[in-house]
Amino acid sequence: MGTKGSEYWRWKEYNWKSPELNWKDFDIVTAGVDIGSVSSQAVIMGDSELFAYSNMRTGSDSPESARKAMDWALKDTDMTLDDIRYVIGTGYGRVNVPFASKAITEIACHARGANWMYGPSIRTVLDMGGQDCKAIRCDERGKVTAFLMNDKCAAGTGRGMEVFADLLSVHIEDIGRLSFEIDEEPPEVSSTCVVFAKAEASQLLRQGWPKNKVIAAYSSAMAHRVFTLLERLGVEKEFAITGGIAKNEGVVKRIERELKIEALKTEKDTQIAGAVGAALFGKTLVEKGKA
Amino acid sequence: MKVAGVDVGAKFVKVVIVDDGNLVSRSSRLMGFEQKESIEEAFKEALEKAGLKKEDLAHVTSTGSGKTEVPFADDEFTEVSAAAKGAVNLIPSARTVIDVGAEEGRAMHTNAEGKVLDFVINERCAAGAGSFTEAMARALEIPLEEIGPLALKSKKSIPMNAQCVVFAESEVVTLVHEKTPKEDIARAIHDAMASRIISMARRLSIEEDVALVGGLANNVGFVESLRRELNMDVKIPEQPEYVPAYGAALAAASRAGGGS
Repeated sequence: MGTKGSEYWRWKEYNWKSPELNWKDFDIVTAGVDIGSVSSQAVIMGDSELFAYSNMRTGSDSPESARKAMDWALKDTDMTLDDIRYVIGTGYGRVNVPFASKAITEIACHARGANWMYGPSIRTVLDMGGQDCKAIRCDERGKVTAFLMNDKCAAGTGRGMEVFADLLSVHIEDIGRLSFEIDEEPPEVSSTCVVFAKAEASQLLRQGWPKNKVIAAYSSAMAHRVFTLLERLGVEKEFAITGGIAKNEGVVKRIERELKIEALKTEKDTQIAGAVGAALFGKTLVEKGKA
Repeated sequence: MKVAGVDVGAKFVKVVIVDDGNLVSRSSRLMGFEQKESIEEAFKEALEKAGLKKEDLAHVTSTGSGKTEVPFADDEFTEVSAAAKGAVNLIPSARTVIDVGAEEGRAMHTNAEGKVLDFVINERCAAGAGSFTEAMARALEIPLEEIGPLALKSKKSIPMNAQCVVFAESEVVTLVHEKTPKEDIARAIHDAMASRIISMARRLSIEEDVALVGGLANNVGFVESLRRELNMDVKIPEQPEYVPAYGAALAAASRAGGGS
């Protein structure tokens, strides 16, 4: 009701500001802007503490998306962009952040951000983005030691899940929960191609499968796809997931099941890990006098 | 001796009836929701066109991804063998046979008898099959049969970055928004698909002549891109989508003749 049929993939944009912290108490204020293919985040940090951030959909124009994300992160603060000492861009559109002084790859930023988010024991990070998926190994300082990435194929990415949200007319935020409302775990659909998975799912729906069972079958397919990536890289504990799909418990649980490793959980927003990493790199540069 | 070949593909079922090596009739049906019915209907129509009854057929051989779904078939023949056998029978000089259907693409290296010496298959990714052009026609908002002829009008090669149908859909939407002429986008789509098929085929040694069969051989834009990217001539038999069914019928004839 009231939702246009083609917009089930549309997740809510939002911003957040720390209710306790005052930016004027910080020594070094930096920002990270992560321009992904689907979503963009701007994060403002002071002395390694999260102060404010925004999470928005990326538009067709990267510089414009970067400006909007930054403006929205600043919106509820009494700061302006000039109060931020150093800004670093990351993500697929990292070179298109007009107000950033430097660009750093999202691989490095996600490892660094996960280290902050989950603590120094983290050794393997799975970043599940909108149009790619990266398995990253890192050391206790959040420095990347190895990584593998799939950015060629929509299977195992957020975009693949959006296709299913539309197909099944289910809001993308509800998919994780619904994938457990089933009698028994069904076999997975094609894990290699979203187009084939979609064709299989349509056929299963015609055969009378309930929506939730189809969601479960696709969640398993997605989990299996990223499992193969993790398996090739080798997983060392502790393990954690960042990115938008980390919020989808249906996929997360099924990855854990296949890996036989439990992922660390966080109260923090897993979608901002890349931007947090970028802001932390900014702080390091300022401290070293390189900014 | 009259025999039939039935090719149950992802999108269409094709039936060919052959009498002593000569084509008698052919028929096809879209594989709808009732797949068994589609198969029966296509078979019935081919029999009617030939003025035959089922009992007149000495042997029926099925092929295609749904080859086990044909209740009236005597036996089965692999898709790879059927496409190669049919193609070499129609184009005797062919040594490399490329078969691109709705959901699969394959390439075979064959000998002069149409026997498969080596082959490669892509059945895991929609970007190397007809599903790709279908999705792209949808993204361009044009009928599927227009996308090939449209590509021929283009004189400009633009790169297509996406290697995945899902990502390519977004890329096409972006190109349309940027006011890129549709014919250039159509060509980019076919170039991308041709280079994907060729990189698969290159895992074999591509020996001439090259024959193209399967439904995609009817797409003039794809054929043009394939010739350009391969830098070789590509021979196409008449009604190329029936070639694997024809190959299955030829197999049926030799099996029936073999005293079964």
